[in-house]
Amino acid sequence: MFSGGGMLSAFFLPATVLVMWIAAPLGWVELTVYDSFAALAHHFVVRLGLFGFVSLAFFHWAHRFRYTLYDGLQLYHLTDLIAVLTYGSAAILSLAAGVILLIL
Amino acid sequence: MGEPVNPGYTEHHAKWHRRRIPIFWWLGNAAYTKFIVRELTSLAVGYAALVLVFQVWSLERGPESYAHFVSWLQLRPVVTLHVVVLGALVYHSVTWLNLAPRALVLRLAGRRLPGAVVLLLHYGAWLVASAAVLWLLLAA
Repeated sequence: MFSGGGMLSAFFLPATVLVMWIAAPLGWVELTVYDSFAALAHHFVVRLGLFGFVSLAFFHWAHRFRYTLYDGLQLYHLTDLIAVLTYGSAAILSLAAGVILLIL
Repeated sequence: MGEPVNPGYTEHHAKWHRRRIPIFWWLGNAAYTKFIVRELTSLAVGYAALVLVFQVWSLERGPESYAHFVSWLQLRPVVTLHVVVLGALVYHSVTWLNLAPRALVLRLAGRRLPGAVVLLLHYGAWLVASAAVLWLLLAA
């Protein structure tokens, strides 16, 4: 999951962030009209794909951050706590994303 | 056996003799710092995923809620944050893809494909994925 999340985010996130969160708010580009955007986001396949992607991204963060805390901050003695906090929050975030994207 | 052969013998406890590593050991060396920064880009990945979900959620709740989200995106500090996030994401992509030749060993007709080919294929895939995103968001 770590590597899947890493690969997918490496491929898709930079362009997404550049267009949606930098270029569009600054007025450099015009995003697709709200209605077609909403229709796109409504499509079940899109939502399923998005759910898969964000779950992988959350677990990618969790796994990597856990080891960064170990190696970076030498927190080996907190190993169990860190594992629960990182993977736990990734699980909760994925669950929340699932509810928002697939059920609501 | 009975008596120990060498009563002065104590078991070897290598871990007890380890030097404590200082908590900011990685700041002392550019290579170590780059490593930690690289790993911390995972925060940018998690953040982007989170805001993406939030964006779809606000889209779901209707035009006013989405307009609210869009105006949040336009705030100066938010744009600045997102520029930093973009930098982190690009650093993640570049460092991740640069490891592809080491992680993926491809063989063709019994010979190993050179690392440069694997690298080029991955960067090509990145280009295609980015083009697809641009098309989806701008042209569709």
